Amino acid sequence: MSYWSSETPKAPNRNRFNDSFFIGYDWVLITCALLLSIIGSALVFSASKQRLFDAGINSDFYLQRHIFNIIFGIVLALIVSRFSFRTARAYAIIIYIVAVIGLVMVLIPGIGKSQGGAQAWISLPGGFSFQPSEFTKIALIVLLAMVLTERRDSELIPDDRDVLFGLALAGVPALLILLQNDFGTVMIIGATLLSVMVVAGVKLRWIYGSLSAVLLAGFIASQLNFIKDYQLDRLATFVDPTLDPLGAGYNSLQARIAIGSGGWFGQGYLNGPQTQGKYVPAQRTDFIFTVAGEELGFLGSTLIIFLLAMILFRLTKIALKAPDRFGRLAAAGIAGWFAIQTFENIGMSLGIMPVTGVPLPFVSYGGSSMFVSWMAIGLAVAIGREIDDRITPLIR
Amino acid sequence: MNDKLNIRLKIIRVIFLSLMITLVGRLFYLQISTGEDFIKASQRNAFREIYTQPVRGLILDQVGRPVVSNKSTLIVTVNTRFLENTEDKGASVITRLSNILNISETDIKDRLTPCGTKNAKRPPICWSGSLFQPIPIAKDVSNSIALEIMEQRTLYPGVSAELIAIRDIPKPFGVNMAHIIGYVGPVTDTEINKQKQEGVASDDIGLQNNDAIGRSGVERFYDTWLRGKPGVKVVAVDKAANIKGVVSDTDPESGKYVVLNIDAKLQSLVEEQLAGAIERARSKDYVGESGAAVVVDVNNGNILAMATYPSYDPKIWLGGISNKEFESLSDPKSGIPLISRATQGLFAPASIYKVITASAAAENGFDLQDIYQCPPQLEIGTRVFRNYESLGFGAITMQRAIEVSCDTVFYDIANTLWLKDGGLNPVANPIDAVEKMSFAFGLGSKTGIDLPEEVKGRVGGRIFKKDFWDKNHEIWCERAEKGYPEVEVQDPGRASLLQKFAKENCTEGMRFRAGDAVNISIGQGDTVVTPLQMAMAYAAIANGGTVYEPRVVKAIMNADGSVAERIEPKVKSKLPISAETLAYLQKSLKSTTVSGTGAPPFIGFPLSKIPVATKTGTGEVLGKQSTSWFASYAPADNPQYAIVLMVAQGGTGSGTSAPSVRRIYEELFGIRGGVIDPATSILKGGSPTYSLPKIRLDGLPDYPEIDELFDPSPSPSPSVTAKSASAR
Repeated sequence: MSYWSSETPKAPNRNRFNDSFFIGYDWVLITCALLLSIIGSALVFSASKQRLFDAGINSDFYLQRHIFNIIFGIVLALIVSRFSFRTARAYAIIIYIVAVIGLVMVLIPGIGKSQGGAQAWISLPGGFSFQPSEFTKIALIVLLAMVLTERRDSELIPDDRDVLFGLALAGVPALLILLQNDFGTVMIIGATLLSVMVVAGVKLRWIYGSLSAVLLAGFIASQLNFIKDYQLDRLATFVDPTLDPLGAGYNSLQARIAIGSGGWFGQGYLNGPQTQGKYVPAQRTDFIFTVAGEELGFLGSTLIIFLLAMILFRLTKIALKAPDRFGRLAAAGIAGWFAIQTFENIGMSLGIMPVTGVPLPFVSYGGSSMFVSWMAIGLAVAIGREIDDRITPLIR
Repeated sequence: MNDKLNIRLKIIRVIFLSLMITLVGRLFYLQISTGEDFIKASQRNAFREIYTQPVRGLILDQVGRPVVSNKSTLIVTVNTRFLENTEDKGASVITRLSNILNISETDIKDRLTPCGTKNAKRPPICWSGSLFQPIPIAKDVSNSIALEIMEQRTLYPGVSAELIAIRDIPKPFGVNMAHIIGYVGPVTDTEINKQKQEGVASDDIGLQNNDAIGRSGVERFYDTWLRGKPGVKVVAVDKAANIKGVVSDTDPESGKYVVLNIDAKLQSLVEEQLAGAIERARSKDYVGESGAAVVVDVNNGNILAMATYPSYDPKIWLGGISNKEFESLSDPKSGIPLISRATQGLFAPASIYKVITASAAAENGFDLQDIYQCPPQLEIGTRVFRNYESLGFGAITMQRAIEVSCDTVFYDIANTLWLKDGGLNPVANPIDAVEKMSFAFGLGSKTGIDLPEEVKGRVGGRIFKKDFWDKNHEIWCERAEKGYPEVEVQDPGRASLLQKFAKENCTEGMRFRAGDAVNISIGQGDTVVTPLQMAMAYAAIANGGTVYEPRVVKAIMNADGSVAERIEPKVKSKLPISAETLAYLQKSLKSTTVSGTGAPPFIGFPLSKIPVATKTGTGEVLGKQSTSWFASYAPADNPQYAIVLMVAQGGTGSGTSAPSVRRIYEELFGIRGGVIDPATSILKGGSPTYSLPKIRLDGLPDYPEIDELFDPSPSPSPSVTAKSASAR
């Protein structure tokens, strides 16, 4: 047994916010997320300024929106953190149903709208749009954590019925997202749920079974032409981007050129020829990391990865110390989600993962992702807060 | 149990953190280990080059008169990048342009379509250049239209009217010079690809799409000098090819001036006199099919004038030649004016060749001081060879033989030399004296003139016969066996005759017979030459035995008047004959004008003050009228000029060609009636100008008639336009 997983609570955290309001807040976790959001703002500005300028729009248009998203996200996180994390457990089913309704609405013509090959957005008045699949991620984490914790008997380990029930519940939104052609999000959700199951202690055969099922499903889907051609092309050019440098491999190749030309210190902020020349597609969202790679170089990019790794470290630490099994699974699920999504997003920019449309947590432009990521931080903070025995949550 | 779960969580944590470390590792590989490659790829991505055409250099004559210059013209160009950014993709702009320029919309669209895309017309209608380059859609636009376009920028986005320089041919003194100056044409894809494979020097940009390059004449031979270097503007562009900024900008370097040895005034006279000789032939019922005249400075091989008949107006190349015009240039009915008779026409040299036979004889055992027999006819083998008009002169000196052009003297010499070599059964190493002497005079090989088009001609003799038989005997022998069935159908008699020849050629074709040797000795038979070759040979006799490579160009000059390169005379060969032989030939040619075949045309010419060395020639051509030759140099005792003039199917040398040559000498030396006044010479200062013309501050050359001949303002000189181009 290692030192951090001691069952008895340690001395309470003492810091300069030693008043009742902020007691037990994981400031390292919050600082990392905040730093990533600030760096992300700078990168979003760099990636969008020239494109906006060329279109004759204020070059800080996206920056302003991005900062608004961050502030709104932090406010959401603050609200979530004030509740006991057990509230989430109580509302898990409602959150889940709301997410599924959102996913169905996306598919209704006139309400849903499509971007970059995926029908994943709900149009809102005032030019805003909302992406239910992002909320599905946290909804499913909370739901699965609940399902795998709600024991009818005193057994700690979820039995097969629990697992089947959880998978069935997860399967509905997963299928709906697949219908949106958002293969990337399904992949992220699958991997996230897998990590929740692992931590929940389900039998290993479920782990192996799930992995095999995913592979089999992928195979059948490709055989039945369920996977769209462009998705297959992406996978093929993932193997060799030079196969079709102007077609499907273009994104991947341009992203690698941008990152590769960064060197140790980068070309300088706002100074990357690839970025400012608008060569990299979807750069303020999916390929935001290429801006860091080109303009901030190896050192700047590594800082981003380090901050994300730090978040993962803190989240798993919260999971290890969580006051109950639900909190443990929820924190682990959030860690799994961030880990997989970070690896997929940066990995595709680096050419070691296939190109799919998933954002980099806290860094990519995009309201839905930003809100949900910060809400997850809020939930994790709420879990971590109750490690401190002095905490009396506002709402129990 | 919790322990087990904690271990699972810790394993997962390790997996997550390893994923992050994997990312850092991959990042290190891309940015640090292989970063160089990506930096290069990034640079390729981001820059495009835009070329500005340099102004082509002028071509000046000996004293600086422009014979090829540039003129300004207004063109309208369209930058398609701007059109694509308009709401209707430029459709309304094209409609407006169509109305104002009075060109159909389809024509404009065809010009704007990149070559190789769907529906593109063939070059040069389609656009073969870079898409970043403004595309010209109309030329010779009036000032008012240009102004209208430039004033209404909002109505014509991306449209621009600009002044560019195009080739102009001012024709001082009505000079033609079509075959000397040549012409320019657009570069072809093949040439660009070839250059890409071969590579260019690092300081050279090389050929670009839409470059005009020299296609013929001086324009082609000195193309690299004349063309200059295009200006390059490197712009940063984004993925959508919008220009983001200028990385570097070099001004075009205008082409250099090419200064000719040709004197435009003299050239004009020579062209006129050649046409006069043709007229003279035609007035005596000769066909007067074609002709050539060459005036060369014997001391260095500089070509002072070189004319060809028939010729054509060199201006037809300006602004693109039409198909019909081009066909007429190569139409046999109009005499194929495209061929320069001076450098590409092949003719039997006839009697003007006799100096070569005489040289061969003198160097191979004959004594020029001996007395030679000139019977009316000579029987060699079974054949009888006659003198011209069957005249006999009895026992005469070699000098007299040359003066009266006695064929039988040279027949006998050729026969004797042939027998010495073993006759029909040649000795191991035959001397082949006449053949080798011909080579030494520069026949059978290219003169090395600085023009791209030249043929080498042919020297008849044993070597030629052998080569020719080697190449053809298989066909002959096959014909000898199989006959000519396709001819037999129509004319069995001709077929059997052809078969007989084929048999003879098959078995005997390699044999150099006495008859061949005899024919060659008087410039007939297999030997054919260009008029230029004969001019260089006579120049060699005049200057004491040096065969120079002819030079049309004197120097290359920079636009500021400094010398870029001086073209120095080049010796091609030295005549392998003794000083005595040479002196004897010179004496004989000089006296030909006094008491030989060259005398009649020079009656009244002040030969005592300016002696002229001449030789006439009247070539027999099977089935055609005779070729009129006149070869000469003067002054005979201190030679300066050699002139050769010939007319194919033109009659005798003295009757048709000689009067024109005499006229040229009169103008060269300033002979007015019987009075010699060098000040009235057609050449400035009475002799060829070796110094280079002065270039004025405005970039225009200074020359004697600058005020009377041209209005200098409309022809932009390279330096002037280069300035305006950089200011744009």
